[in-house]
Amino acid sequence: MSFEPRIVGILCNWCSYTGADLAGTSRRKYAPNVRVVRVMCSGRVDPTFVLKAFEMGADGVLVCGCHPGDCHYQDGNKKTARRMPLLKKMLAQFGIEDGRVRLEWVSASEGDRFATIVNEMTEQLRALGPFRSNGGDGHG
Amino acid sequence: MAKPKLALYWSAACGGCDVAVLDTNEKILDIANLVDIVLWPIAVDFKYHHIRAMADKSIDLCLFNGAIRSTEQEEIARLLRDKSKVMVAFGSCACLGGIPALANLTSREEIFQRVYREAPSNSNEAGTVPLTKTSVAEGELELPGLFDTVLQLAQVVSVEYFVPGCPPPVDLILKLVDLYATGKLPPAGAVIASEKTCCDECERTKEEKKITRIYRPHEIIPDPKKCLLEQGIICCGPATRGGCGLRCIKANMPCRGCFGPPPGVVDQGAKLVSAIASIYQADSEDDIKKMVEEIVDPAGTFYRFGMAESMLKRKVLRRSQGSVQDAKD
Repeated sequence: MSFEPRIVGILCNWCSYTGADLAGTSRRKYAPNVRVVRVMCSGRVDPTFVLKAFEMGADGVLVCGCHPGDCHYQDGNKKTARRMPLLKKMLAQFGIEDGRVRLEWVSASEGDRFATIVNEMTEQLRALGPFRSNGGDGHG
Repeated sequence: MAKPKLALYWSAACGGCDVAVLDTNEKILDIANLVDIVLWPIAVDFKYHHIRAMADKSIDLCLFNGAIRSTEQEEIARLLRDKSKVMVAFGSCACLGGIPALANLTSREEIFQRVYREAPSNSNEAGTVPLTKTSVAEGELELPGLFDTVLQLAQVVSVEYFVPGCPPPVDLILKLVDLYATGKLPPAGAVIASEKTCCDECERTKEEKKITRIYRPHEIIPDPKKCLLEQGIICCGPATRGGCGLRCIKANMPCRGCFGPPPGVVDQGAKLVSAIASIYQADSEDDIKKMVEEIVDPAGTFYRFGMAESMLKRKVLRRSQGSVQDAKD
């Protein structure tokens, strides 16, 4: 059986979730590998959420927010823009490949862009293979 | 009436926790009057076979310090668990993994490679590495096996109480003894420390947290009155449990996180990523890049004591075929 990556998509309510919705309402076909979680702002995405997704068996985590300057709460996405690169540097130390966490800006009108990102990421993860965290079970 | 029996044990630890027990000064005499010490490898000459000969649950209180990273440590942890009524994870290593758990960013194979082959001080042309079993003329010699993953005590046996700290401060040790002696121990699972964060208890002047560069401790002499984070020094106070008596802060050094995550926080490192990135004033890509570069070792800084406790627990382990002996999965 071929490997189907599981992506947890955490999308902001105002731009990206609406963008993903547009991809659906416009009947744009894209990889069914993403499981979407809606948050009010990408600034709500605690790095703990990303770790939790991996802990629960995700192969990749996609965080989407409004384009810089478009944040409904003025500067929520600015904080995400700083947190994600620092988190990624830390995850690299844990041996988690760069392609497994992705931060993208998707506006409400960019349904097509959302679909393209999901397709791209699915293929990238397919190439990387399943994520196996082997922490904590027995002695490793 | 017979005195209650106390065991103190060290596993993957530096000995600092045992010294902290001695730091109770003259109170140690009160402790010695109150209890019979049945095992304390650093100070008293009792052997494992003495413990094995005891009936189950005949030790009243066991203070176990150190993380678990070898078969011997695991065996003794299980033995002491069987023999003890109350098991206390004593110190950051037993509670959270501590400094030894930073080894979870590598593997046993890499550690052996570095320590026995690559280290410049080595003279090991035969490439000798420790084996768990070696045959010699006199018979077979045994050594404990080393794990790939350093564990906290609670990942091996059930634990009643946690006393964090590197080492635990004297007042918390005395508090534990007092709670025990007066029969006022809290429900099992309690952490004998504060329910607040270190930041919450810190008395330094706090204003708006906005920083534009990170200073490593050797690059700056901090203002002793002002919040260390606001001075650009990574202080783990916002995501660290209090109760430590602010020993580091009072010495003008940042909190290193030895009390582990405060109540309600699942992952100390993730919260610190969030906190530090939030206050760093970087909007352009270049500034963000600068911030990421200035935080030289995020995993080692944010999980300095809490690696075994963290959600990821360790670096993803990729086994090379057959080179790791008797690895447990």
